Parts: sequence; C-alpha cells; structure tokens
Amino acid sequence: MLDLLAGFVGELRAAGLPVSLTENVDAMDAVRHVPLDDRAALRAAMAATMVKRPEHRPAFDAVFDAYFAVASAVDDDLDFDLAALLDDALQSGDGEAVRRLARLAVARLAGMEEGRGVRGSAYVFKTMRMLDVDGALARLLAGAGWLERDDLAAGGQRLRSEVEAEVRRRLVAERGPQAVARSVRRPLPEDVDFLHASREELAALQRSLRPLARRMASRLARRRRLGRHGRLDFRRTLRRSLSTGGVPADPRFRRPHPHKPEIVVLADVSGSVATFARFTLQLVHALAGEFSAVRTFVFIDGIDEVTRLFAGTDDLAAALSRVHEEADVVAADGHSDYGRAFATFWARWGREITPRTSVVILGDARNNYHAASAEVLADLRRQGRRLWWLNPEPRSYWDTGDSIVSEYAPHCDGVFECRNLRQLEAFVSQIG
Amino acid sequence: MAESPSGSRFDSIASVRDGLAGVDYLADEAIASVVYLADRLDKPVLVEGPAGTGKTELAKSVARWAGSRLIRLQCYEGLDESKALYEWNYRKQLLRIQAGEGAGTSWSDLEGDIFTEEFLLTRPLLEAIRADEPVVLLIDEVDRVEVETEALLLEVLSDWQVSVPEMGTVSATRIPLVFLTSNGTRDLSEALKRRCLYLHLDYPSVEREREIVLARVPELPAHLAGEVARIVRSLRLLDLRKPPSVSETLDWARTLVILGVGTLDPSVTESTLHVLLKHRADIATAARELKTAG
Repeated sequence: MLDLLAGFVGELRAAGLPVSLTENVDAMDAVRHVPLDDRAALRAAMAATMVKRPEHRPAFDAVFDAYFAVASAVDDDLDFDLAALLDDALQSGDGEAVRRLARLAVARLAGMEEGRGVRGSAYVFKTMRMLDVDGALARLLAGAGWLERDDLAAGGQRLRSEVEAEVRRRLVAERGPQAVARSVRRPLPEDVDFLHASREELAALQRSLRPLARRMASRLARRRRLGRHGRLDFRRTLRRSLSTGGVPADPRFRRPHPHKPEIVVLADVSGSVATFARFTLQLVHALAGEFSAVRTFVFIDGIDEVTRLFAGTDDLAAALSRVHEEADVVAADGHSDYGRAFATFWARWGREITPRTSVVILGDARNNYHAASAEVLADLRRQGRRLWWLNPEPRSYWDTGDSIVSEYAPHCDGVFECRNLRQLEAFVSQIG
Repeated sequence: MAESPSGSRFDSIASVRDGLAGVDYLADEAIASVVYLADRLDKPVLVEGPAGTGKTELAKSVARWAGSRLIRLQCYEGLDESKALYEWNYRKQLLRIQAGEGAGTSWSDLEGDIFTEEFLLTRPLLEAIRADEPVVLLIDEVDRVEVETEALLLEVLSDWQVSVPEMGTVSATRIPLVFLTSNGTRDLSEALKRRCLYLHLDYPSVEREREIVLARVPELPAHLAGEVARIVRSLRLLDLRKPPSVSETLDWARTLVILGVGTLDPSVTESTLHVLLKHRADIATAARELKTAG
C-alpha cells in the first residue's frame, strides 16, 4: 500500500499539483483512519489532505481513478438494446443506469484489444461516436423545454465521464496505473495553452476567469492600501499631541493617494491569437475598477476603439462578440499588419497618450512580412508611462517565420511570454 | 452523544453522516469523511465554496449534533489580537491600582495581581483553547482578514496553544473541532492551507438539493421539491451575477408552501424569482429564459 501511495503522490506531483511533504504525511495518516474498501472515503481523505484548490480536483480525480480502480463485473453476454438504454440514461440521468450503459458500451463498441498502444481518449471518442450520443442528444433536445435541456446536458456529461472511467478501468487492468495516469494527464486550468485549448479546456478557463479576477482585484486593492504612509497630517498630529502634554508622540499621516494607472490595450484579434486576446481583454475589463481608466483598441490591419462596447455592461462575453461584429478592424486584406495598425493608432489617438498612460499590446507580432513601423512604438513609449507587450507564443517561436518580436522589443519596457492564465496573472499583478 | 474511549467523538464515517442527517444536515460522502478525519487527526477543516452552500451551517450542525458548545469568531478586515485572542481589561486594572493606592500595596504585589485571570478578557480563540468541555470553534469568513492576521491563527491551529506574555502559554486540554470558512475572495496563505483539511463545498447536485429541500421544508410536496431543484440548477447554469444559493432555494421552497402553490408553471416561477435572485439584471435574464423556454 505504501508503495502504491508513493507512486500516487509522485504522479500527482508530475501532473503539476503542489503536494508538500507535510500534506503527504497527513495523507498517510488520514488513510489509516478510513476503511480501505470504501473508495469514496479514501478519495475524500486524500483529496482533503492533498488538494487545496478546487481547480486541481479534476486532475486529482483522473490520477485517483487510475491508481485505485476497482475491477468491474460486466454482464457482457446479455444482449441489450443500447439505443433504448441510451435514451433512458440520458433522460433520467440516473447514476446506476448511466454506469451500466457505459460499461456495456465500452465492452461492445470501443474495440479494446490487449497490447495495442492506443491512447485512452481514442477509445472514449470511438465509444461515444459509435453510440451516436450527439445524435441522440440532438434528437431528444428537439422539443425539449428549458429544464429538460439542462437535464439532458447533465446526462450527456455524466455518460461521458462514466465512459472515460470505464475505459480507464480497463486500461489499468492491462497496462498498470502509472502508464494510464500518464496517458490521461490533463494540464491544470492555469497551465492550459491559450492557443491550443480544446473546447472543454476553454470552458474551464472561462469558469476560472471570474474567481481569478475577483482574487486579483482584492489583491491589487489591498496592496495599494497597505502601501507607504501618506504625508504627515499636521492638524491631526497636533490634536493628538494634546493628550501627551503637547509632545507629538503619535504622528498621524494622511491617507496616501494611491496611483491608479490608466491602461490602454491594443489587441490583435486576428484568428490566430483571438482566444488569447479574448481572455486578456476579459481579465483587464473585470479589473477595470482597479485602474483609473481602461481603453481598448482592437486591430488586424485596421484599428478601432471598442471601449464603448464594454462600458456599462457586465456581460463581457456579449461585449466581446460585438467587438468582432462592430469593430472596423480590416483596412486592406484582413491579415495582421502591426505596422499599419500602429501607424494609424498614432495618427488618430496618439495625442491622447499622456505620461499617466500605460500601453499594453497583445499579439504574436506575426506581421505577414509587412513594414514594422517600430518607430511608432518608440514615440508611444516616450510620450506614455510604460509600454508592455504580451506574446501568447512560446519564447522559442519568437522571431521565426514572419514573427518580428525583436524589432519591437527594444522599444518596450518589457516583452512577456503569456501562454496561460498563470503567466497572465503574474503579469497583471505586476502592473497593478 | 456517547464518547468513544480513545477520546474521539465519532465512531465511523457512516455515523457522522447519520448523525448529521439527524439534525437535518444532509452530508455527502466527502463532507462526512472530512468531518470524521478532522476529529481523528485533530486537524482543522478549511471549508471553501460559493456563498450560501452551507459552510457555516456545517459547523453549526456538527456542534448541535455532538452537543458541543459552538464558539464563533466572525472575521472582518481589521480583526486583531485583542478581538481574536485576548485583551487585558485595563479599566478594571486601573481601578485595582487606584484601590490599592490607599492600602499601600507594593508594586510587585500589584503587578502580580493585575495580570491574572481576573483581569483577562478572553476572546473566541483563547476561549476555545481553554474550554474544559468539548467545543466546536467556527472561524467564519477567514478570507476577510489580512494576510498578516492569518498568522495569528497558525499558532492556535497547529500547536493548540496561545501565548500570553504576562502569564505564559495556555495549552488546550481538549482539542476543539475547528471549522474555517472562506468564500474564496482571495487566496489563503499556503501555511494556513497546509495545516488544514480542505473541503470544497459546491452547489449540490439536483438529487441532493431535492433531498435537502425535503428535509428542511417537509411541508413541500415531493414532486414540487424535484421541480424546485431542477429549476434552481438551470438558473445556476445561466450567466448570473449571483447564482441562487442553497439557503435561497430553501427560502423559495418556503415561499411556495406559504403561497399554497400546487404546480410550478412559468408564471408562478417568474413572480417569485425575486426570492432566488437579488440583482435586477439577474431577474431579467432568468425571466427572459423562462419566456423563451415556454
């Protein structure tokens, strides 16, 4: 058991979960107190001692399922009508029915054979497609009301995770826990690459964005409040000194006037980096209260201001979809042209950049071999306060092909690699 | 409830679940396991999750079931030692000094006298540590205090002791069961998280919420409880500023009972939405959804 636990913790760490030594020891302690045949209790004990962030829970569950799988008895030989079972399972969402369907479906449809080096996700995909889950959902959804729609979605979700669990169980029996855990390893939400996120990962990112923004807003606000003292408040110091016989023993200070930066964001919204721009804009606008002003410009080869779309709305997602419809970002051929966008920006809005303005540029600097117009950035930086560039591409890709990061970099106060939420968070807390 | 000889309060995970059900708190496997482990391992439990998912209620229910006294420390920004740990009752000390002046007590006697229990005002943390009987300590909304204040809790939660410089260290005779709750408005320090068992309480599943409604509002007909749980689930899936909490679900169920509603049609739902949702924009969103769904 100890060996199994050690392997389990090793795998958790490999998946990116920060499990400290104390937590590891606590887990060992906790496991002694729960009956080992009670898997739910075992899972709860380990999660309570080692997983201290809800975002890390899915990764933990995947590893746990691989290591502590229970062999399942399947009534393979019985011939059931899978289609009828499917409708029933989706509609009722009943745990037992869904589990049973998942077992039967994987046994019959996945075509799992021993010794084939196929990834678990391929079997899941195959099972779901052979069952035609999407088709069944679409059929049932027609004519479904509001509540039924959500019931069905939940049923589909549950079926998928049961099929995943079943495939995992069978793979573990064949290949052993370690190999399986490695093959189902998924990045933590904060490590998901913006540019290569799958649909589910994007949804997870979207969900973690709001709590992240709230956490960061309180962190920024707190840091400003806790900053240095303000100037000496002479009047209140004097008044205080009356109680110490006129000796100013307890100096009072004015509240500091915190400096709130004014932010101008220039975002490349062309297809290749649109996801990145979307998340960053959402985060910046969710934090708008922490800046004295936020202005947003989007560009491809033309550039347009879209601040008004964000004004007075809470629904950032809707605002962002309007950005794509309403902003006038295509001037010539609809391929990114940073030089042209920057030049246009400078000509039309350049005068509004003041020494209090910090400019953040979002983009991969892939300029489609157009002119760079880097001198515009030099002007921008001279006139504004700070100039940062966030690049969603890995550093090793910079300056390859039509990427011209190094032409712009000398004119920026910093060029940051910003591939995931973790890096984005680090950057924003630095500028606040 | 009876105490087992080892000094632990709870016999098994199942007994925790049944016991909590007895006081109308429906614990799932994870909740029951963590409460059980907290007792066995003598570790505090950090309960995190959205507002209104029963975090505070969990601590209260455990106290009620175990028959322990509940000591509550409500956290807020600016909470300090004198409000969390202890404070010297300096007015009383001053009186003692003035009373002693006439009698000619020496300073050393006086000093020994005014720093004793009699002049100590205990605050929740010290009170929980000094309690002779079993207590449940609830440290509510711990994410509201500053990071620096969090450090105050560390000594108490890991060594179960409080240092009072004038008197020495007060150690716990019995280790209290501690629950810390947090709404996750900021990240708690790693040091604090490391010392705690972690329990994330999210909105319950449809089935569990239905059971909660039935347990808490038994007057509601069973078929309506299911409807209520489904509607609330669907509301939570909408993009709302403040999704309805479990306590709001219960309020809604009670409202339906009072109104004597027999079937839940969209018009009834719409006219009572304000019990579930507290933002005008949210109510509008939900009403729109109800209309399109028919």
